[in-house]
Amino acid sequence: MQELDLRGNKAYLDRAFRWSAAGAAALVLLILGLIAVTITGRSLPVFHEMGLKFFTTTRWSPPDALFGALPFIWGTAFTALIALVIAVPISLGMALFMTQVAPPAIRRPMVYMIDLLAGVPSVVFGLWGVLVLSQHFGLGRSFLTAGIILAIMIIPIITSLSREVIETTPPGDKEGALALGCTRWEMIGAAVVPHSAGGLVGAVMLGLGRAMGETIAAALVIGSALGQLTLHPLSPGNSMPAVIANEWGEADTLHKSALIALAVTLFVITIVVNLIATAIVQRSMRRAQGL
Amino acid sequence: MSKSSILTWALAVVGLGLTAPRLASAAGTTLNGSGSTLSKPYQEVAIEEFKKSHKDLTINYGGGGSGKGRQDLADMVVDFAGSDSPYKEADMVKIKGGEVLYFPILLGPITVSFNVTGVDKLNLSPETIAKIFQRDIKKWNDKAIAAENAGAKLPDEDIVVAHRADGSGTTQNFTEYLNGAAKGVWKLKSGSTVEWPADTQAGQGNGGVAQIVKSTKGAVGYVDLSDAKASGLKFASVKNQAGKFVDPTTAAASAAGDGIEVKPNLLFSALNAKGDKSYPITCQTWVIVYARQTDKAKAEALKAYLKFLVKDGQKLLSEIDYAPLPRSLGDKALKQLEKIQVK
Repeated sequence: MQELDLRGNKAYLDRAFRWSAAGAAALVLLILGLIAVTITGRSLPVFHEMGLKFFTTTRWSPPDALFGALPFIWGTAFTALIALVIAVPISLGMALFMTQVAPPAIRRPMVYMIDLLAGVPSVVFGLWGVLVLSQHFGLGRSFLTAGIILAIMIIPIITSLSREVIETTPPGDKEGALALGCTRWEMIGAAVVPHSAGGLVGAVMLGLGRAMGETIAAALVIGSALGQLTLHPLSPGNSMPAVIANEWGEADTLHKSALIALAVTLFVITIVVNLIATAIVQRSMRRAQGL
Repeated sequence: MSKSSILTWALAVVGLGLTAPRLASAAGTTLNGSGSTLSKPYQEVAIEEFKKSHKDLTINYGGGGSGKGRQDLADMVVDFAGSDSPYKEADMVKIKGGEVLYFPILLGPITVSFNVTGVDKLNLSPETIAKIFQRDIKKWNDKAIAAENAGAKLPDEDIVVAHRADGSGTTQNFTEYLNGAAKGVWKLKSGSTVEWPADTQAGQGNGGVAQIVKSTKGAVGYVDLSDAKASGLKFASVKNQAGKFVDPTTAAASAAGDGIEVKPNLLFSALNAKGDKSYPITCQTWVIVYARQTDKAKAEALKAYLKFLVKDGQKLLSEIDYAPLPRSLGDKALKQLEKIQVK
């Protein structure tokens, strides 16, 4: 066996490791930066043509060279909102059940199942949505159908992150609450929720980021209707990633630029959501560790 | 196992590893193509049939849509592109490999498929089709439809319009047809994606639209003949330029091919063709290749395959519900093969 030699002539390995690790980290930033530069550059023609009307008008007609993305931005927000309304209570319920109620014999298989759900490719969810939700249950292709599918897709993320956050609740807090005569329900309200609130918000926001960016499943079930600025959940609509996926193949120059501009918009929104989410999660982690 | 036999095995394995790629590069030439999904069924059966006589060639055709095919060829990532429409003027500058040649390979009727209670046969004029698809007419017993279908029992049923969700050459051809044949009535212009009214339904691909029509009472949609037949849909007879109502059949599409004007570079549009028997919503698809090839083996393979597509392969078309090229056009395509040259 070779002895570990920290002072000797192998110190260069240490330096090599530091630099290669730093390089890998820098590469991530570089790739992100290059993506941002390229897509922003290629979206400029449409902004040149439409200006800020790209964000504020509702007509999307490639033959007229009119590209108003507002209905798609709304569709993305609306479906993500529906998804959160459905997914958040279910996910938090599952996370609390797994951490506070379920015996290990139930808990472990549940964790496996949820991880399995996270691994199902999105096109499978999309096809299931088309065949079961829109046809069998007659929901049609609509904001609601897309919202339900997105909800199912983000439940695993929100559940497993929430579970980990809730598990960091100090046992002392929980036992203290129980010792004071709290029921289990009151204990969750008094000890678990205050302790993990920030982390739970972060988990929800990461789910939101995924829901907004989901492409194929949304493209299959959302209905691809234009100009829909409505609060009616059963009307067909469209979302930014779905439009890109549907129209890219046959788009000509300006149309392509408009689709790339949608990608830029989505990129900015998801980055902002993810940054907020990460910040909230980290702050709550620090607080949980008493730092 | 003795040491020497292990050595023999090891040598044999290394030897195989070394010779295998060499064999492949000597005998096999690979042609890659992408593009039009309309012509994909033909490419698939043609490749299968062509391989029987050319065992050393490998030909791959990925779909992806006409626009993708043209882009891939312009970027020189494929050897040929399938496309339902030619390059636009604005895109010509982006073609990296010089002059391109267009080889027409098939004609295809686009049906107006419907699902109306109690109606098996429907006559439609381009103006009426335009009004239906832009939602000016919302009921099947509308006067305009009744006027073209004397004697038919048209129900008081809501019309559900189905169109493509994805950008598509079929949409391009269908809207281009309405733009020309229903001039003054059609308002949505033409393109691979147009501004469909919000109260319409969208499906993925020809199959997706066919599926909506099949499962929805009162639905109407434009679907290529091949998919319409595969889904067992009923389709309308459409009034052609000569004023006759014609069924979408492969024969009527070939007839449309006879009544068209072909430019010297073999570009044409089979839409709204002249002639009593022509089905007016007939689209066409080309294989696009570079005139100047750099690899001799590839150029030969490409010529052989193109020759098969425009000549011997044509007899495969009717089985998959596409129409063969009229003789005159096929001959012109054959002659154009001479223009493919190795630099």
